[in-house]
Formats: sequence, structure tokens, C-alpha cells
Amino acid sequence: MADKVLMKGNEAIAEAAIIAGCRHYFGYPITPQTEIAAYMAKRLPKIGGVFLQAESEVAAINMVYGVASTGTRVMTSSSSPGISLKSEGLSYLAGADLPSLVVNVQRGGPGLGGIQPSQADYFQATKGGGHGDFHMIVLAPSSVQEMAELTVHGFELADKYRMTSMILADGTMGQMMEPVALDALKVGEPVEKPWATTGTKLERVHNIVNSLSLVPEELEELNFARYERYKVIEENEVMYETYRMEDAEICIAAFGIASRVSRNAVDAAREMGIKVGMIRPITLWPFPKKAFKDSLATCKAYISVELSMGQMIEDVMLATEGKAPVTLCNRVGGMIPSPEQVLESIKETAARIGGNN
Amino acid sequence: MYPFKRLTILCGHYGSGKTNVAVNIAAELKKSHDNVTVADLDIVNPYFRTKDSAAYFEEQGIRLICSAYANSNVDIPALPQEMYALTDDRSMTAVLDIGGDDRGALVLGRLAPKILLENDYEMLMVINGYRPLTRDAASTIEVLREIEYAGGIRFTGLVNNSNLGAMTTVEDVLASRDYAEEVSGLSGLPVVMTTVRQELYPAVVGKVPNAFPLGLQKNKYL
Repeated sequence: MADKVLMKGNEAIAEAAIIAGCRHYFGYPITPQTEIAAYMAKRLPKIGGVFLQAESEVAAINMVYGVASTGTRVMTSSSSPGISLKSEGLSYLAGADLPSLVVNVQRGGPGLGGIQPSQADYFQATKGGGHGDFHMIVLAPSSVQEMAELTVHGFELADKYRMTSMILADGTMGQMMEPVALDALKVGEPVEKPWATTGTKLERVHNIVNSLSLVPEELEELNFARYERYKVIEENEVMYETYRMEDAEICIAAFGIASRVSRNAVDAAREMGIKVGMIRPITLWPFPKKAFKDSLATCKAYISVELSMGQMIEDVMLATEGKAPVTLCNRVGGMIPSPEQVLESIKETAARIGGNN
Repeated sequence: MYPFKRLTILCGHYGSGKTNVAVNIAAELKKSHDNVTVADLDIVNPYFRTKDSAAYFEEQGIRLICSAYANSNVDIPALPQEMYALTDDRSMTAVLDIGGDDRGALVLGRLAPKILLENDYEMLMVINGYRPLTRDAASTIEVLREIEYAGGIRFTGLVNNSNLGAMTTVEDVLASRDYAEEVSGLSGLPVVMTTVRQELYPAVVGKVPNAFPLGLQKNKYL
């Protein structure tokens, strides 16, 4: 009929995962991401895959660990409280250098919180996600099409760097419906995984996948090596989008749903003659530090628009090295800032820096 | 106007647009019937509920039957006790908005014996050929049969609501005719309505079977 389909963000993630070759899904239902599990439950058995509703999030993430050990693409998904339950497993995956894709469709917190959208798991996602020194690659989509594209990309980065990629979405991104061009998804060549536990066939020594390392000198070495890899990622895998930044004196930092709202506010402010633009981080880790630092050439003030009490704002401050003020424009608890609220914040900032009004 | 029966039951794959169609049919019914009720019997999805249009119903004098928990963010699959009025009070004309897929249709099982006994209903399958799991006629028939099995009522007609959301073009609607025709052929069910956004209606009326404009749109999110 047409090359586009109308998909919920959650469905787009699930279908993109299948396109990327993922045939193993383990999870436990939680709003607002249950459609991922429901979709996988329908689709995977028909294409020789495995869908398993685990007895808990803890069980699901450990099933991911098991399948990842064999070098097979595997994923789980959850929402905020469920991700907290998975955090032990995330640390083990990092300790064992296993590739996996984990989706967090965030909801308001802390605690059981609510079921409306939030971005308050930014710290949890970008600053670790479990105990010990480690990072996850954190990808923040802002459209249903991007939900699909970043899912494929997430699998590929995970394989390439032997680590977890996390899709950090929110309830809005998960639930909203938009046309998606699935044909546009490009899946690269599979990566060799000589470390995987696929059976020795008596031709090689056993591969051991493990996160236990009792000799401190060796454990230190593993940490050093992992952080060398992180450096490569920080150099090569940063993704961001700039919007109307050419001559911007005010820069909005926003990702996901907040960036969609902010885009409208930027347009409205531009019409009023305010020189404002936006940097939208797509990778939250690695954070686009250089893009923000370079923007200091024209920008005199920054506004971090977030569905949290101010988490990404710290990375914006670090990236801009205290050379310009950074203020917060936010709503929390499942609320979304309105374009009017963001515009108001832009106007206040413009007045403060004595801009061009 | 389409000769609606006393009960119009709308089922379909989730995300097919049942709720939007239900709201619009209720508005249409109100033009010729005094006692119109719309029943939100969705036990699957806590979002995008008929209750989103509660203010409109109130203003139009359309009765809304829905769970006290609808749109409350209390995410539990509850049903309203008032739902029994749908079969017990035959003075009303009602639209039943059933939750998605076979899981949603389970709700119908409770009402099915009385609905079948009275035999004044239409059971309509809302189909959208642009949804990923009902992209072709065969997979749509699969969902259709699952819903019938869970709900205990056979479908009597199809509502072709094929759309790409706000980005739907006239061509997208016209291109869905063959799909609807094929589903109709395989199921033996007539396409009783082709629902389109109000703006597209003038361009498709006469070109699709029984064009029905959707004047009311709920678009709560960006």
C-alpha cells in the first residue's frame, strides 16, 4: 500500500530490533512500555525467535546476560522502576563486557511514581546505571522514526564496543504514533565475536564470560582497558542535532520530547527577533561536549529544558566550563513543559543578557 | 445516515483508531437520537481513552460510561458497573469502544449473551492497513478471528480507518481501498464505512465505500 506504517514509538523499537536481527527478548510488563513486550510476544514466535515474560525484571536482565554471552543480539525493555531492578544486571553486563540493548521508556518518579512521561533517569542512565566504574551508550530519540533508527544503531554500537546501549525514551515517545519508514533502516555487517561462548568444537580453549575478577591488579587492568574503549567512543560516536544555532546568543539544550517542545519555542522566539537556537544531544553518553563548548563562540546563555529537576544541566555546565550562565526550564512528575513556558524562559534570558530586543 | 443498530460495537487491533471512530459515531448518532451513550470498555490501554472527550460529551448531552479509573493514571483494568445498562436499558442507542486485540475483546464475553439475544447490534472491526501488524489482509483476518474468539460475537462489518495520523494524505486513503476490499473478500464482511479526517472528506467522498468524516479529533500529545 505504501512504504510507511503508523507506529507507536514502542512498536517502532520492537520492529527495528527484529530488523536488526534480534530474536531474543526478555522482559516484564510495565507501563508505558508494555507495547514493546506485547509486540515481541506476537512477532518473535512467528520468526523463530524467543519471547519470554520473566518472573521479574531481575530475572529478565540475567536472561539477557545469558544470551549475550553467546554473542547473540538480545534485548530487554522496561520503565524507570523496572530499570532500577535491572541495575545489578547492567553492572554485570558491563563487568563481563557483553553487548546488549536495554530500553528505558521513562515515567515520573522517584519510587513507583506515575505513568506519565519523565526524563528523570538521566543521571541513572548516563552516570553508570549500577555499581562500579562503567558507562552505557545512551541514545535519546525524539521521533518515532528515530526510535527505530537508534534501536538499530544501538545494537551495532553494543556489538562494536562490547557494552550495553540504552535507548532512553519517555512515556510520550513510547506512546505517540507517527509514520515510520522501516525500509530506511540500514543494518550493517555483523561483527566478529571471538569471545562468545559458542562451543569450542575442540578447536580452541574455552571462552569464559565472567564479571568476577579477584586479583586487584587484573581487575584494575580490565577497568583501564574499558576506559580506553570509552575514550574511543567519546571521540567517534557522539551524535547531536543543532537547530538555528548559526548566530544564536541563547542556546537551548534539550533531548527527546523536551526538544520537540523547545523547537516550537525557538521558532516563536526567532519570530520575535531573539537569536536563539538549540543543541539536541542524541547520544547522552557520550555527551556532545564539544558542540556545547564550540557554541560559546556566539552563545551568552544556556537553558536546559528537561522533564526532571535538572540533571542534564550539569553536563551542559561542565561542557561550557562556567563561561556562560545555564538556567533550568522544567516540569516534573509526568508533566511536560509547554512551548509557552520555554518561550517565557527564553524571553527572560534574553532580557537578562541584554540581547537584541 | 448509516442505518445504525441500537448497539454499535467497535473492536480492532490496538491503535487502529477505534476510540476516534467511536467518538465520531456517537456525535453522528446524537443528531437523530435523544438517548445516546458511549461506553469506554478498554481494559488494555491507560492512555488515549474515550474519556479524553468527556467535556464534549457532557456539552452534547451524550452519556459516557467508563471506568472511574480511566485517565486517572491508576493503571488497572477495571470495568464500570454501569456497563450492564448497555444491555439492560434498551431505550438507549450506544457505541461500545472495546480495547485492542483479543485481550481487549475479552470484555465483550460478559455482555455477549444478552447482545446476541436482543440481536440489535453491529459488530464492526476497525482496520488500519498502515499499522504494522495489520499491514496486509491475511494478518488483519488473523486479528479479526482472535477478537471474535475472545469476544464471543462475530463481526458484521468493517470500518476502513486506514491512516497515517495527522500526515495522512488523500492518496493514502485511496490507496487503502484495495486492502479493505481484500479484507472484505476474505472475511465476507462489507466495508460499512471508510473513515477519513474532515479535511480529506471532500476529496475522497464518492471514491471510497461509504465515506464518513471524522470531524472530532483528539490529539492530546505532540
